[in-house]
Amino acid sequence: MAAQANTAGSKKGFLQWARSRRGQQIIIIVAFMIIPLVLLFTFTYLPFGEMVGFSFYKMKYVGKRTFVGWKNYASVFSRKDCFGALKLSLYYMGGSVVQLALALYLATILSFKVKGGNIFKGFMFFPYLINGIAIGFIFKFFYTRGFVFDTVLQWCGFQLDNLPYWLKDQSINNISLVGTSVWRYFGQNMVLFIGAIMSVDSELYEAAMLDGANRFEQFRYIILPSIKTIVTLNVILSITGSLSAFEPPYVITSGANGTGTYFVVMNEIAHTQQKVGLASAMAVVLLLIIFAATILQKLFFKYVFRNAEDEDFGAAKKREKQLARYAARKAGR
Amino acid sequence: MTTLQKTGHYLAIFVKYLSLVFFSFVAVLPVVSCVITAFKTEEEYQNTNVMTLPQSWLNPDNFLQAFDRANMGRAFVNSTIILVSVLVVSVLVGTSLAYVLNRFKFPGNGLIRNLFLFATLLPGIAMQIAVYGIMDSLNFINSLPGYIIMMCGTDVIAIYIYIQFFENISVSLDESAIIDGASYFTIYHKILLPLLKPAIVTACILKGVGTYNEYYCANLYLQNKKLLPTVATSLYTFVGPLGSKYNLICAGVIISLLPALIVFILFQKQIYSGMTAGSVKG
Repeated sequence: MAAQANTAGSKKGFLQWARSRRGQQIIIIVAFMIIPLVLLFTFTYLPFGEMVGFSFYKMKYVGKRTFVGWKNYASVFSRKDCFGALKLSLYYMGGSVVQLALALYLATILSFKVKGGNIFKGFMFFPYLINGIAIGFIFKFFYTRGFVFDTVLQWCGFQLDNLPYWLKDQSINNISLVGTSVWRYFGQNMVLFIGAIMSVDSELYEAAMLDGANRFEQFRYIILPSIKTIVTLNVILSITGSLSAFEPPYVITSGANGTGTYFVVMNEIAHTQQKVGLASAMAVVLLLIIFAATILQKLFFKYVFRNAEDEDFGAAKKREKQLARYAARKAGR
Repeated sequence: MTTLQKTGHYLAIFVKYLSLVFFSFVAVLPVVSCVITAFKTEEEYQNTNVMTLPQSWLNPDNFLQAFDRANMGRAFVNSTIILVSVLVVSVLVGTSLAYVLNRFKFPGNGLIRNLFLFATLLPGIAMQIAVYGIMDSLNFINSLPGYIIMMCGTDVIAIYIYIQFFENISVSLDESAIIDGASYFTIYHKILLPLLKPAIVTACILKGVGTYNEYYCANLYLQNKKLLPTVATSLYTFVGPLGSKYNLICAGVIISLLPALIVFILFQKQIYSGMTAGSVKG
């Protein structure tokens, strides 16, 4: 009896509490966060924890597991396919440097008045919206012997006999594949950079024009300083991006002829050979590299933008000063 | 201007347009060559160079055949179901999360933001090694709802777009509604959500393109390719015995990228602004 009365009392208390502002706040916070947090936990942190655990076992998805300690990690560095794949990512890093430089160049051109600028921008951006598998087929077709690429090169005067097999020849096939990834992403990078350049105060350009600065000087003294944050960010992102290159080799060559990147090898080990432990160890190694790159990035930004708050306040002033200094030098010449 | 400066000026303009034309050509060529081949008859495809234009630009045979062979009718139905469900759920979940994170101060607010941010560091494909086991134990393999739930896993870029937008909506709007006796849910649902529309459009386009193009997980978790193809996985039909019939393959590729092309033409501005908004993360 007493217990019943007690629950009735707390029920009334609960209702009262739920009607109060504080109660409403807590209810809405919990109600609105429960689904995203459950999703985040189920599909990100739970598998993350499991994966770290798996990496110490020799196991398949079903069947018994044997604890093997650090052996899987040793295999990652001793197996030729795993370690070789890590070296392959250097090609992709090279590709992303080309991609960023190209994007920066085109973005600079397009952020000034250009006839038909929007059409050019659209053409170059569109590849980013095509699905990876379609891109795979497009480039399989593109690189096939005697097909699109060879034909275009023949128009330019090359002999077919002198051209390599773009996807078979081991000295060139990785470059061909990196090319597809540059093709896919340079337009997107370009749009990113255009956005950053456009956020620069247009008065600065006018002032520079009046002072007689040419395009290159405008780029060097106005554009580059104001977008260096986003450029550095992209350079560092490209390190992790290169390590996770997957779709071009997976779809175009299935990793044959020495084109298997880290993810292609990992996918094969996990889902075809079902060596889940080894694949998990590979994933953890990759994650550690990505963490290292991220920490490096944080440190770098801390070092470069030590007085970030000053920058926010005095960014315009600073640039004005820079411009004045630049103008003074120009006058002195 | 001296003559030298003049020549330099014209040369700069020439180089500028040359670069634009050249790189636009590079960007378009692979796709255009596919379009050319998609309109060729079998005989033409066998006997002419790939860059020779087709006799008829109205030949639909390859498109019909590709659509049929790759089971693309079914694929479009599935992809549409997936797209609509994922967008509806992720908009509701994303905006409500952003609302709570932006409007309320509570212990753990910062921690939760960081948890979401940290999750972006974990590369999706690597995570699938362990997610596969979880999907299996939830009976989510070969299940459309299962795949949809997994794809709804909130993405941080969208949340950041929403949070940024909330920051620009004055809190006094909330406060006056509270004085009028509105509950927090009413504020979110009746006042803020309609104001958030531009941000929702941007986030939806980004997420929509990503979902429509998603291949890896669809291939991994929707293994029944007869009943559960998506547009991206249906293209994979062409890998087997049809692997050298490029007139069919190209037609399939063109069909699969048409929706993306239409969305791009209609929503160019939002897509570009979405790109820039997404870049603020990190």
